[in-house]
Amino acid sequence: MRPPELTEDEIVAFLDECLEVEFSFVKNEIPAAAIKQLPRQQQDFILNLINRVADTNIELAYQLACGAVRALKEMDQHMVEEWAMTAADDYDRKGLFPAMSVIRDLDNFIHSAHERAYGALLEDQIGVLLPFVHGLAGRKLKLEAADSTYTDTETIFLPPVLAIFSDKKQNFLLYKATVAHHWAQIQFGTFRADLTRLPEDQLVKFCALETVRLDARIQHELPGLYRQMLSLQRNFENTQPSQYNAELFRLLGDANASVQTTIDLLDKVPYSECPGTRIYQGTINPQAVAATMAKRIFREKALFRGALSEIAEEMTAAQDLTNADEKEPAKFKIRDRDETTKIRRDAIQLEFEGNLVAPPAHVKELMSSIIVDFGEIPPEYLVAADPGEYDLTVADRTLSPKDVWQGTYHQEGAQLYNEWNFKRQHYHKNWCVLREIEVEPVYDSFVADTLEKYSRLLRSLRNTFELMRGEDKLLKKQPHGDDIDIDALVEAYADVKSGMEMNDRLFTKMHKEERNVAVIFMVDMSGSTKGWINKAERESLILLAEVLEVLQDRYAIYGFSSMTRKRCELFRIKAFDDPYDAETKARISNIQPQDYTRMGVFIRHVIRHFSEVEASTKLMITLSDGKPDDYDTYRGEYGVEDTRQALFEARRDGIHSFCITIDEEATDYLPHMYGAANYTVIDDVASLPFKVSDIYRRLTT
Amino acid sequence: MKSKALKPEEHYIKEEPYYQPVGEEIQVFETAYKQQLPVLLKGPTGCGKTRFMEHMAWKLQRPLITVSCHDDLTASDLVGRFLITSGETTWIDGPLASAVRHGAICYLDEIVEARKDTTVVIHPLADDRRILPMEKVGELLEATPEFCLAISYNPGYQSVMKDLKQSTRQRFVALEFDYPNAELEAEIIINETGVNADTARQLVKFAHMTRDLKGSGLDEGASTRLLVHAAKLMHDDISPVVACQTAIAQAITDDHDMLVAMSELSSSLF
Repeated sequence: MRPPELTEDEIVAFLDECLEVEFSFVKNEIPAAAIKQLPRQQQDFILNLINRVADTNIELAYQLACGAVRALKEMDQHMVEEWAMTAADDYDRKGLFPAMSVIRDLDNFIHSAHERAYGALLEDQIGVLLPFVHGLAGRKLKLEAADSTYTDTETIFLPPVLAIFSDKKQNFLLYKATVAHHWAQIQFGTFRADLTRLPEDQLVKFCALETVRLDARIQHELPGLYRQMLSLQRNFENTQPSQYNAELFRLLGDANASVQTTIDLLDKVPYSECPGTRIYQGTINPQAVAATMAKRIFREKALFRGALSEIAEEMTAAQDLTNADEKEPAKFKIRDRDETTKIRRDAIQLEFEGNLVAPPAHVKELMSSIIVDFGEIPPEYLVAADPGEYDLTVADRTLSPKDVWQGTYHQEGAQLYNEWNFKRQHYHKNWCVLREIEVEPVYDSFVADTLEKYSRLLRSLRNTFELMRGEDKLLKKQPHGDDIDIDALVEAYADVKSGMEMNDRLFTKMHKEERNVAVIFMVDMSGSTKGWINKAERESLILLAEVLEVLQDRYAIYGFSSMTRKRCELFRIKAFDDPYDAETKARISNIQPQDYTRMGVFIRHVIRHFSEVEASTKLMITLSDGKPDDYDTYRGEYGVEDTRQALFEARRDGIHSFCITIDEEATDYLPHMYGAANYTVIDDVASLPFKVSDIYRRLTT
Repeated sequence: MKSKALKPEEHYIKEEPYYQPVGEEIQVFETAYKQQLPVLLKGPTGCGKTRFMEHMAWKLQRPLITVSCHDDLTASDLVGRFLITSGETTWIDGPLASAVRHGAICYLDEIVEARKDTTVVIHPLADDRRILPMEKVGELLEATPEFCLAISYNPGYQSVMKDLKQSTRQRFVALEFDYPNAELEAEIIINETGVNADTARQLVKFAHMTRDLKGSGLDEGASTRLLVHAAKLMHDDISPVVACQTAIAQAITDDHDMLVAMSELSSSLF
């Protein structure tokens, strides 16, 4: 039987509770009167949605309650949920006011929902567009969303949504055409001329004329794309693009036309004769171009000449002709095979003292980038740099994660992760800011002391683990195998002769037992581990690392600690590729208690690490001392549920998780998070080092 | 039509296999052969290593015995084994022993795929001893001057497990192969398939695009072999975009976004 519809009083009572009416003083009778009219299924849906949003913000939930009935008339339930969640997301990211405007401006949401349904989203298409533009050769360009469409010669800025056509495919093609057009600007030398001095009106004209030239180049290089661009333009205008001025097209379409041709034409062609705007042409931003180019040209010149001096050094060393007094910088030459193929990358060859040079891949990339800027490699580039002429560390400086909190760029260089909000039943997008930080090695006596202290345990551990190591074994008397077991055969032959039944196990077989395990240890570095827990953790790690070396499993060790979602820090103690050497040992000995435990984000990060290794068994072992907990709202059920969600994600990616904890109350929440069999509670901290290796052995056999 | 069965050691290549030299590899190989030095061919997949071996076998008029190595290939698969015929055990030569006996060229393709213990059997053959110890029969097989050992491997696999040991690689004269430059590659495609020059050039351009994507989404760019496949399809009136997608893109990746991107690239080119 269907449950009866809720009465107005029941609805008011529900809303009063979830909207905390005694503090918020909202009038719930108004939405309740409207919701009363709905069938029970829709009532339940709306009330549930209001409850979920109320967890984020009460005022937002109230507005949702007021607008919900109308929204349900206009959209299906799925879209209504999307609408409420967009508002909640906006609240997270931008604050109450923008979130409220999403809820209030239902019409706008419906419109943009329509746009999203038919339009192409850059976010969705970037996975295709990026390899597309990289495939087009030249510099490795970046793509970014922005308000206007232009390029600064390193990044192409594109609108986040394109919904000019009522067809997703066409909108995607427009993205493609736009990307290709800006790629052509860079590749075919639009920016080899100084455009900063052109007045605004001339720039518009330049843009129109240059587009004609670039279209001609694209027609020549990528005829298929050119046809697509033409048809896009035709669909947009519904007319054949008219050939305004045949002479103009002839001049600009010539294979030898350069940006100078366009500039020369600027004064000769009146506005009326300029071809119309193409939908993919975007704008030109000379200031952005000049700024980026100036920086890049300096950097690339430095890097290129630096690389040349390295090559020169290698070559002269190889020939053993080094003259100690010779301080003349080495000069390189360009060997041109053919004048006409000058801009073709593989046609340019470096020459040094009459010998061809095969530059390494990164130098080749530099060369192609330089050629894109200048059309050739300028002669002054071909002189190897004197040592100390450039401070390459300045040119190549990257941001250090440690400086982050001192400067203003606190989200730069960090990785962002979603977080699960169980009340909202939805992810907070890009919620946690995570950084990987290297642990400084501290060379003290800790490692030696530990090895000494556990020397007897270690010896037996090593023996046990050595047995686990997979080795090739020759199995005899097998039914199938790759060679004949002569002994068995002789025996069988004798059996047959004496009238007995012949045994069919006559082969030897090489049995390969390869361990293919990758394991990441996650060490809780929260403040609560201070003292003996921390010491026990470190000791366990040393013992583990010792036996894992015997076992030759791949392993990594990370420590984690957080201070609100804006500061989640993963401490790298040993990555998969790092050897277990003195430095790693010294890092283990410097594992220090830090702040709090925001588990979810670290698990998500570890999933990313695991995706880079190939192993048939992927295992994540967490050493912890308590519940997930952080300084902000990340505690209690919220933290447990986010961790559980992150562990789900890990399982989906084929990663087994296991938790070793010393929290005696862990049985209350760990089975819920990790599953019934995937954790161990150790009641005595001192026994942690004894147990951990044993647990690992059980897990991987 | 019935196919012909031949013993590998009796199989001489009669017609000249098409091979376009990129550098001095033919002269080097010939000299190495004369001097009885083993040869190591390295280079990415599909750049013409195997074709080069066929060409050299034709040129030197020796039978070519090719063994494609895999991770279950044992030493006895190469050297030989005892089999039982009519109640007696009989020794059967493996491909390597048979090549040594008949003075053939033995080509071990993708040697790194073979198990580590397998590669060691070729050591005494690959230095100045030129002998193949056959432990099971208790004999040493001495190679004739005509015998030649060649192995190939692809240094592009950046796996620790699949690297050639120094003790193995330092026995060989190494020839490096790479994809030919643009004009040469186009010429090869025209020669192999009969497509027109424009199509060949566009195909090569497409190949360069995929090779540029190596490292940013692709493990390996399109090889010359794949280009020839695509050109063959196109020659028989398959549309260029479909040919590129089926013969090249699908062959090098399973990643959906990457496939779409490559299809966009090929539709831009043709």
